[in-house]
Order: sequence, then structure tokens, then C-alpha cells
Amino acid sequence: MLVASLKSLLGRKVRLVMSTFAIVLGVAFVVGSLVFSDTLDRSFTALFDATVGDVVVRPAGGGATEGVPGTVTVPADLVDALSALPGAARADGNVEAVGVYVVGADGKVVGGVGPPALGESFSDAPAAGGLEGLSIVEGRAPAAEGEVVLDSRTAEQAGYAVGDTVPLLTATATPRLEAELVGLSGFPGGGSLNGATLASFSTPVAQDLFLRGEDAFSDVWVTAADGTSQEELAAQAAEVLPDGVEAVTGEQAADEAASGLLEAVSFLTTFLLIFAGIALVVGGFLIVNTFSILVAQRSRELALLRALGASQRQVTGSVLLEALLLGLLGSTLGLGLGVLLALGIRAVFGRVGLDLAGQGLVFEPRTAVAAYGVGVVVTLLAALLPALRTARIAPVQAMRDDVALPESSLRARFLGGVVLAVVGAGVLTTGLFVTVPRAGWWVGAGVLLVLLGVAAASPVLSRPLLLGARAAYARVFGSIGNLAGQNSLRNPRRTTATASALMIGLTLACTMAIIGDSAKASVDRAVEEGFVGDFVVSNVFAGAFSPSVADEMADVDGVAEVVRQRVVRAEVGGGVGTQGVVGTDPGSLATLEVDVVDGDADLARGTVLLEEGFAADEGLGVGDELTLDVPAGERSWRVAGLFAENPIVFFPVLTSVATLDAAGFTPQDNLVVVDADDRLDAAGRNAVQADLEAVVADQPIVTVKDQAAFAAEQREPVDQFVLLIFALLGLALLIAVLGIVNTLALSVLERTREIGLLRAIGVTRGQLRWMVTLESVVISLLGAVLGVVLGVVFGIALMYALRDEGLEVISVPVGQLGLFLALSVLVGMLAAVLPARRAARLDVLGAIATE
Amino acid sequence: MNTAPQAAARVRNLTKSYGSGDARVVALDDVSVDLEAGRFTAVMGPSGSGKSTLMHCCAALDRGDSGSVVIGEQELTTMKDAALTRLRREEVGFVFQSFNLVPTLTARENILLPLSIAGRKPDPGWFDAVIDTVDLRPRLTHKPNELSGGQQQRVAVARALVSRPRIVFADEPTGNLDSRSGAEVLSLLRAAVDDHGQTVVMVTHDPVAAAYCDRVLFLADGRVVRELERPDREQVLSVMADLASAPQAG
Repeated sequence: MLVASLKSLLGRKVRLVMSTFAIVLGVAFVVGSLVFSDTLDRSFTALFDATVGDVVVRPAGGGATEGVPGTVTVPADLVDALSALPGAARADGNVEAVGVYVVGADGKVVGGVGPPALGESFSDAPAAGGLEGLSIVEGRAPAAEGEVVLDSRTAEQAGYAVGDTVPLLTATATPRLEAELVGLSGFPGGGSLNGATLASFSTPVAQDLFLRGEDAFSDVWVTAADGTSQEELAAQAAEVLPDGVEAVTGEQAADEAASGLLEAVSFLTTFLLIFAGIALVVGGFLIVNTFSILVAQRSRELALLRALGASQRQVTGSVLLEALLLGLLGSTLGLGLGVLLALGIRAVFGRVGLDLAGQGLVFEPRTAVAAYGVGVVVTLLAALLPALRTARIAPVQAMRDDVALPESSLRARFLGGVVLAVVGAGVLTTGLFVTVPRAGWWVGAGVLLVLLGVAAASPVLSRPLLLGARAAYARVFGSIGNLAGQNSLRNPRRTTATASALMIGLTLACTMAIIGDSAKASVDRAVEEGFVGDFVVSNVFAGAFSPSVADEMADVDGVAEVVRQRVVRAEVGGGVGTQGVVGTDPGSLATLEVDVVDGDADLARGTVLLEEGFAADEGLGVGDELTLDVPAGERSWRVAGLFAENPIVFFPVLTSVATLDAAGFTPQDNLVVVDADDRLDAAGRNAVQADLEAVVADQPIVTVKDQAAFAAEQREPVDQFVLLIFALLGLALLIAVLGIVNTLALSVLERTREIGLLRAIGVTRGQLRWMVTLESVVISLLGAVLGVVLGVVFGIALMYALRDEGLEVISVPVGQLGLFLALSVLVGMLAAVLPARRAARLDVLGAIATE
Repeated sequence: MNTAPQAAARVRNLTKSYGSGDARVVALDDVSVDLEAGRFTAVMGPSGSGKSTLMHCCAALDRGDSGSVVIGEQELTTMKDAALTRLRREEVGFVFQSFNLVPTLTARENILLPLSIAGRKPDPGWFDAVIDTVDLRPRLTHKPNELSGGQQQRVAVARALVSRPRIVFADEPTGNLDSRSGAEVLSLLRAAVDDHGQTVVMVTHDPVAAAYCDRVLFLADGRVVRELERPDREQVLSVMADLASAPQAG
């Protein structure tokens, strides 16, 4: 029996490869995302292990765990107290900052996208566990003003050698400085900066730059003496610490830093796994179809096995065994492809700055388990229905010439499908419109159920479409068209199952097209409505920049007003999440068109204005207090007023710049709006823009944009995101096309005799090719129509549910959807090429003789 | 007709019909017959006489509406599917008109398929004897599409014999063969009966084929109407002519 199964598989190699392809792709996505995220994890764990001391003494406020150092510091005299602890070998104070960009020899900023641009005071203190931390690998440590050390990779990328002068940009009060490169740093004990750039200064210089000259530190590393554990040392340190300063073990500090960062990039894993799921679902359809056809074709052979004494279970088992082998093969190939995929993802991330070249790919045993688990389970599940159907093959059929596999009634299937789709719609609606935990899962499950339901119901559902297609074909293409139409109706299950694979891909593509188009339209409208002033100044890396930019711009001739916005994140009590807070100057509220609907527009120190919807959700009103965990510790800010939703105030909490400074946030601006004098003409405005650009000319990270350029910049990420998703959905489309090729090839094989007959009575090869092509186009068009309809429904439902999230405009890109339909016709024609050629090449006599 | 102890299969009052109402066709009408062990029996009759249905019922491929079929000591009519499967596996061998070999398996693998399904090892001596009888030794590694029709049918005969079934059913085994290949296959079946004491039941239209048999049963309209012992071709032909000219019953 095993031999028979194996031989049966090997006798159908091409079909095997096509069916396996879907499994291969799905598994490859799973493996690629797991390998990549494990690699990422290992790499960052190594980095963070090398960048903490045995015990880290730091300010106790929130924000420290975000990995973004604030201006709240540890007093310098604490270093002496800590080094005097019985368990301490030494204690070293560190100054840390982000937003220190290195300008390369070519005038361009090095890195910047993704990983942070870091600045720090250099220290030769060992990292936790005696690990050699950051060390000088060439030259010497920075000792005086005007000296800097770069990590060796950044120096290499920037094109600097020791002795060169390096321009640096910061988000501090000194936006641009130049320093001599006196040495290069690296991690001899392992670890890589993963694409971050690191500029190290001597401690006094770093304090001047980042701490406004205060003699203090961002944190202190305490190195344990021999025989003292991290925990013991942390406990000793805790006793000498003043309020607002805490001591944590290096292990804990590294874990916190790593988990925060890994969480930020975990969206990628989720994203890839979603596409793995899509590929597997689409692939599942392909497998169901392939096995259904195989079982139908082999039903006589299976009947023979039954007549020869094989039990029902043995026959079903033999089909499942084939599926198992197919799943194993697909998983193995997918495993290999997945590793390549991980390499590809690493390369792509390297290009945008997250440089993981220093870390080999990490292949955990779990990855292999997941690959085989997913591949085999999906294949077996998909083959289960056709396999169970073999139980209905009666042994006596081995005696008959025409063996038809008994089918369940289409009505039951239709009803089942409708029920499934209705349940799915309910689940989807719940996920979209009812507040439930893990709404994303509800939405995903709902979409899947609807898709499966429609796929199950489609043999009945699509009958009018197929009948219409046949009538149209017969009218336009004559009897060949009629035959093609008839063929698509002959086995509606097979036709629609093949179309369903395409349907799923197109549904998702259309949903994405609608989301993307709506998002762009919403961005446009938001920019149009919300763009105040004449120019927007921002950091190209979406980071912060020096507050001196706004100061200088205020002095430019023709500038009426400069409005700065700071965006920071504070922890919500208990560390359950973070809340964005916007800071501006109290006098800028009018220019920002902040409409205070309740209370006063009072941004005196320590007060906030809340967006009314947010205030209602939080149950806060005028006079209440909003409590947030900020770098300086816990702060309660009094709510002075409520304002109407405002398109340019990005977060619902608005306060003054002074309040943020007092809370310990680094003074850095994220966005500056410049209002030109209204009396200026177009030429005058251009002159103002030129003058503004001159202010930031030596800071390539900061740009000045007018409304049109700003809108284009805001749309760009949406475009890129939609493009990326289309590329991935293209793979689902590819699987669907293979499904059509597979079905047609099998149909041609099945109708060998009939095709021979047609040829014998005078049908030309060309007509035959045309007939197969027309059938293929019916299938693809059916899938496309169902997909577009479902996609439009999903897209509109989704956008409707998101209308409160700043995506108010629902826009259906009709042209794009039309393009999808046209594309699917093309896909159908392409898919038919090989099967059509095969049909046309059949030898007439041989085909008729085939039984 | 006495219930001779040497009957390999005993059929009593077997009735089977298809369809209902006006479309009702009676395929077997109260048939009682013994298929004796160690003999070569032919079942003949015009199309629609019920001969194929009789064979399917005896071979555990189909069930009658009423009456009983006993193979060896086992009553088929009340058996569940699993038991019928086991019975087919152990007691019955088949030779089909259209060979019905598995195209992806070699001749040897096709011959051993019933044993491999049953998870049994072939008896090497018996396997060799069967191979020699059907004269297929040089062809064992060939796939069915590399064999002639006669060779394919000889593979099928070997497959039927290899598990030493109580009874072998052959459904028009020469229907797709030229006369020379047909004669070879019939001689093989004859030899299986004479040399190995095998019981063979064959459905056929061909008076030449019937002439190889020990006994010929004639069916018409679902009933056994005549039988001949050790007939020659002419006797068979004359009975067939009689039956063809007889008035069709109800």
C-alpha cells in the first residue's frame, strides 16, 4: 500500500511540483519571518548585553525604559558614593543622547533611517558580567573639546579615518559642530550596533552638549567586585541612592531595553506571518482541488484496490499518505526558501539602516518544527475532504467503464457556505464595530470565514455568471465559445474552487487598494484642512531637531510667526502603555487653530489641554488631573480646557514646551510651522522659503516644505506600504495562477478522448487552444469578479470602522479595480498557454483510443 | 439441486432489482445455484440477463435485495462492509475485461498488490509457480503500458491467483483480446483448475471460451434457464440460438 502511494505520487511529478509550490511559499514565509526575528532578537540581545554595566543606576522616572534618555540626571557625586560600596570594583558615570547624526565625507547623513543616531560620553568601563564593552579599536579615547570617536562601521561608511574632521548634527542647542576623529570604537567582546551610529565624546564635552553643562550623568554603571552578584550589588547601591534614582541589575536593564526595541520591530514578524497565512489558505484551495481531481481521476483505480480487498480506511489512508509526503516535501523546500528569504529581508533592512551583517542567521529548532508543522498540517487538512470522499467509491465500480465519483449535493454545500459567510460577517462586524479584546483577530477570522463561505457557496452562487459567460461566448465565438462555456459549467465545483484561490488574492488586493486610496485621500484632506502657516520644518528621519532652528527662523525677514511642536511619549501609570503628548508655546494656540470648547486656553506651567473625545474616553473634565509617568517621575497635570479635534495636533494631550522641559524631556523640536507675512507676494514667499532653507542648509536632516511638498511627503509612506503589500499579494496571485494551470492541465488530460473526437470531426488546433483559453478566462474572471466585490465590501467596512481614527475619507479607486479585472483576464490567458498547447498537440488517433 | 459439500459458493433465492416503478428492472429473479469447488464454470446469457449482477453478488462486490450468498462458510448478505472487504481480500480473486492494472506499478508489484494490501508476505514457492504458469518472468519489471494486452491480462490472472483465493471470478477476460491471446488466458485459467484445484467462475459471451469450461450456466431475464456439462462450442452455440429465439418472459 505504501509502495502504491509512492508510485502514484511519482507518476505525477509535474502536478506534484505545482501543488507543492503553494506549501513551499507559505512555509517559506513562516520560516523567513521566524529566522529573521530570531536573528534580530539574538543580535539586539548581544548588543544590549554589551551596553549595560553590572548594575545600572538611573533616574527612576518613565521614559528611561523607552531607551530615550531624558534630561533628568543622576548627580555626579553619586559616582564616588557608588564606587565606595563594598561590592563595587568601580563606578562610571555616562552621558547618553539620541539624535547625534554624523555627516559623511560626501555631505550626506550616515544612517538615520530606523536605528538611532547615538551620542555619549566615552567610558572604558566593562559591560555586565565582565564582558568587554565598547572599546577603542584604533587611535585613542576622546579627551578634550573638539575630539570625537566614532564606531568603526559608521566611520567606514562615512568615509573617515582617524585624523579627519567630522561634521556632526545634533538635536541640542548646538545643532552643528565639527570635531577631530581621534579614534574608532567597537565591541571586541561581541555585539554589533545593528546600524545605529555612535559618536563618543569626553565626559565634560558630552555634559556640555547634552546636559547643558550640568555636572551630572544620564546613568552610572557600577562594576561588581569579584564574588559579588549583580543582585547583591544592586541591593547595596539602593541603600545609598536618593529619591528618584534607582539601581537595576544589568540583566534587567538589558532585558528592558531589548524587549522595548524588539516589540517595536515585532510588527514585521506579524506582518510576514499574516502573509504566510494568506499563502497557506490560498495554497490550501489549490491542494483541495488537486486532490479532488486526482481522486476523481483515480476513482477507478481506487475502486480496483477496494475490489482487491483494500478497506475504506486503507484507500483514504493512501490518499492522506500522499498528502503527508507532499506536505513533507513542500515543508522541506519551504524551509530552504525561507532561509533565503530571511537573508533577503536582512539585506533589505541593511539598506534602510538596520545593519545585521554582524550577526549570522539564527536557526532555532522551533523554526523547523513550525515549518513542518504548518506545511504538513495544512496539506493534510486540505486533502482530508477529498480523501474522505474516496470512502464513497464502491468496489463494483472497478467493473464499470465510466466511473463517476459520487458528490455531495450542491444545495447542502451552498447552504453551508452561506451559513459560514453569515457567521463570518457577524464575526467581522463584531471585530470592527464592537469593542472586544484582540479586535484584529476577530477581523481576520471574520474575513477568513467569509472567504471560505463564499468559496463553498460559489458553485451555486456563480452559476448565473457561468451561464452568462457561456451565452456571451456562444454569441461571440460560436460553437467553440459554447464548448468552452459548457466545459466551465461541467464541474462547477472544480471551476469555482480554482477561481476561489484567485478570489482570495484579489479580495485582499482590492481591500488594500481601498485602504491605501482612502488613507491617501484622508492625508490630503487633513493636510488641506489642517495646514496652517506657510511652511513646515521637519526632520527627514521623523526624528527631532535642535530648538535653535525655530529660534533662528523667527529672525528671518518676512516671517510673521514660528510655531514649534514637540512630540514626546510618556508612560501611562503602571507601564501599560504610552501616551503621546504635544508641546507648543502658549502663544501659538491661535495659529494652530486650537478651538477650546470648554475651560480656558491656559497653558501655564503644569496644565494641559485635552482633546474632547480623549477626555470623554478617559473620564476627565476641566479641573481634573491627568497623571503620567515622565522622565522626572510621576507628574499630575491639571486639565485647563478641552479642545475640538485638530488635524495638526497629533496627540490628544497638549501642553506647553516649558511643562515638557520641567518634566525632564530633552528640549528638541519635532515640527516647526512658519507663518510668512500675509502681505508678501509669491516672489516674496519664495524669498522667505530660500532664507528659511539657508538656516538649515548645514543640517541635511532638517527640511523646509510648503503645503504641496508636505502632503506629498505624508502620502509617500502610504504609497510604499501599499506597494509592499501588493508585491506580497502578487505571490498569492502566482499561487492562484498555478492553480488554474493545474486545473486546466488535469481537465485536458481527463478529456483526452473528447478532444481527440473534436479534432477528428474537424476542429483545428488553433480552435482547440482558443477553447482552453476561453475556459481559463472564465475561471479567472469569475475569481476576479468575486474578489473585487468582496474586496470592495471589506474595504468599505474597514474604512467605515476606522473613520474615527483620522481616516474619514472613503475612496474607492475605480480605475485600479478595473485594472485588476483586466489583469485577471490576462492572467487567465497566460495560465492557459501550456494546457492549451498540450491539448492542441494530442495525437488524434491515440486520443480516441484512450479509454 | 442438492447442496453438495464441495460448493465454493452457494446462491439461494437471490433477487436483485434496479430502479423503481415503471423503470424497475429485475436483474436477478430468485436465483439458486451452486458454484462447485475445483471446477471451471462459465456464466452465459444475452446482455441484461443478469449474469454480471450474479457474479458481482457472488464476489462480494454488490448485494442482493433478498436471498443468500454463502462463500465457504460465510454468509455474505448480512455482512458489514469491513467483513466484505476482508472476504474479498482472503477468499476472492478477480480478472477484469479491461485488465485494470495500476499503471504506475510494475507487473510484479501489480501481482503482489492484493497481498500487500492485506499486509501478507507472498509464499515464494507459490509466487514462482504462478509466474511460471503465466510465463511472465522476463516481464516482471515492466509497467502495464510496456506490455501487450495478452501480457497485461496474464498479469491480471497472476494477480488473481497469487493469494490462493477460494474462488476466482473472471469478467469477460478475453473480451479485449485477440483470439490467440484469449486462448492463452483461457488455457491459464484451465490449468489453474486442473493443476492447482482452483475454482474459477467466468462470465463470457464467447462460445469458444465457454468450451474451456466444465460447466456452463445460461441466464435469461434474471433466471438460470439451462446448463451444460463439459460442452463443446457447437452445443453452446445451439443453446444460445435456442435462447435467442425463445419468447421473452414477463
